[in-house]
Amino acid sequence: MSNITDLSLSELVNKIKKKEISSKETTSAYVQRSKSSKKLNTYVEETFDKALNQSKKFDEKPDFKKKLPGIPFAVKDLFCTKDVRTTAGSKILENFIPTYESTITQNLWDAGAILLGKLNCDEFAMGSSNETSFFGNVISPIDDNLVPGGSSGGSASALAAKLTPATIGTDTGGSIRQPASFTGTVGLKPTYGSCSRYGIVAFASSLDQAGPMTRDVKDSALLLEVISSFDTKDSTSINFKRPNYFSNLNKNIKGKKIGIPKEYRVDGMPSEIEKLWENGKKFLKECGAEIIDISLPHTNYALPTYYIVAPAEASSNLARYDGVKYGFRAEGENLIDMYEKTRSQGFGDEVKRRIMIGTYVLSSGYYDAYYLKAQKVRKLIKNDFDDAFTKVDAILTPSTPSSAFKVGEKTDDPVSMYLNDIFTVPVNLAGLPGISIPAGLDKNNHPLGLQIIGKPFDEQGILNIAFSMEEKINFKLKINDWWIK
Amino acid sequence: MSIDLKTVKHISKLSRISIDDKKAKKLEKDLNSIFKWIEQLNELKTENVKPLTSIAETTLRFRKDQIISKNIRDDILKNSPKDNKDYFVVPKVVE
Repeated sequence: MSNITDLSLSELVNKIKKKEISSKETTSAYVQRSKSSKKLNTYVEETFDKALNQSKKFDEKPDFKKKLPGIPFAVKDLFCTKDVRTTAGSKILENFIPTYESTITQNLWDAGAILLGKLNCDEFAMGSSNETSFFGNVISPIDDNLVPGGSSGGSASALAAKLTPATIGTDTGGSIRQPASFTGTVGLKPTYGSCSRYGIVAFASSLDQAGPMTRDVKDSALLLEVISSFDTKDSTSINFKRPNYFSNLNKNIKGKKIGIPKEYRVDGMPSEIEKLWENGKKFLKECGAEIIDISLPHTNYALPTYYIVAPAEASSNLARYDGVKYGFRAEGENLIDMYEKTRSQGFGDEVKRRIMIGTYVLSSGYYDAYYLKAQKVRKLIKNDFDDAFTKVDAILTPSTPSSAFKVGEKTDDPVSMYLNDIFTVPVNLAGLPGISIPAGLDKNNHPLGLQIIGKPFDEQGILNIAFSMEEKINFKLKINDWWIK
Repeated sequence: MSIDLKTVKHISKLSRISIDDKKAKKLEKDLNSIFKWIEQLNELKTENVKPLTSIAETTLRFRKDQIISKNIRDDILKNSPKDNKDYFVVPKVVE
């Protein structure tokens, strides 16, 4: 039998259900591999002993009807986990131990999964390279000195390095899809309102959405089925009948109309990405889909809009970190001094920069010029998609304008870092579902991804398209375990 | 429009984040390059566009006015940086 850690999530579930492997064996294999992978700096908090105990208990009294029976599972450290430290990659939450559980993680445990630990991420999910975490940079298993993308960088790296069979991330402007693209894995951002935001450390509430990060499309469907639920604890959770994404998964996309937006052909985009996109179109045609040229005229304005809306919401959300109720406190001469010192010492540079941008665009005299303007442009961007979806069923684009870059390459230039999310941000602004699947390699053998964008609540549609493309692309992630001594 | 050092310090005050002069200068540079880039939005005419305030465009649900979490004072105070079992402790505010 092949290595346990080489199995996909759905293969693993099958083998456990057939009693070919135990939960204890599986958990031990992942714990061992995680322990010898410290170099990647993926874990912020390890709960290995607890996981091993829980897996033993599962084996003593197994429930094979569950969707994730005794499956060990590491999650992004942005999800509150009861009695397990939750840091959001920030010094200000370095010692925060939640007294409650996020709905998404609760759904995982209810389905039988077992917590392996919490995975590193950009501080408060603000970053595109996992270089803003208080707990240090995450390294990609693809290559030494390469960023895994961000903000769900620890999740992407742990997944690609096979330190967890699957994981969950959060995506505010591309934080699931961009790291998935950089690490040759599958990342899905569901429709806004599909997955509960309760218990997720908030960044930008009108954009944040959690989603599955997996090794293949099948796993993505399986995991989405587990985490997607209506939740009264999240005021923007939407009550709709969630399909059985996993059992409904099929490769019949004959007659589907796929849009190719001309605005996504940006200046300076490497020819290999252009080629990747062309290949994607070719594969879709082979599957019987129809390719249609479309226009999303306001695409270029999505990023500047995002960098008003997201920081504005972040500056409000992060006002709660004041050194009073929880988290880090720096002593000051008086109350105001205490606030200012706490926030100055507790937040990292990128977070401070975004709080200040947000504060500025919301401040008296600038609200109309920036925030209101951005909300209006956001409407135009959403209208673009609404129009496009009267003509097509889904949209195909590259996931990122380039492959993964080196650690330190973009840290001095915030705008160039922000440009990384040019293809993913519009999807968040319009609240749509989007999936990134591995589609090829660049000249340095670094993975590249393609993104499929769907209509609201049509996760099934984009999963099916991804599923049929995946077979044609036949991408195999080759990792030589260079980081294991 | 450019953001000067005085504005940077004003924003830092509003944000309740203290910054030293060196950081303020760096932020002045960063914020100017970010806002210069953001200002391309002004190319768009938006007088007649309704702002998008919520993606779901639904009204908020009502719920019954009843207590769901009971007796969780200890939970709420558990993570407070200054230990006290009855309330949050802050520096003296009133002389």
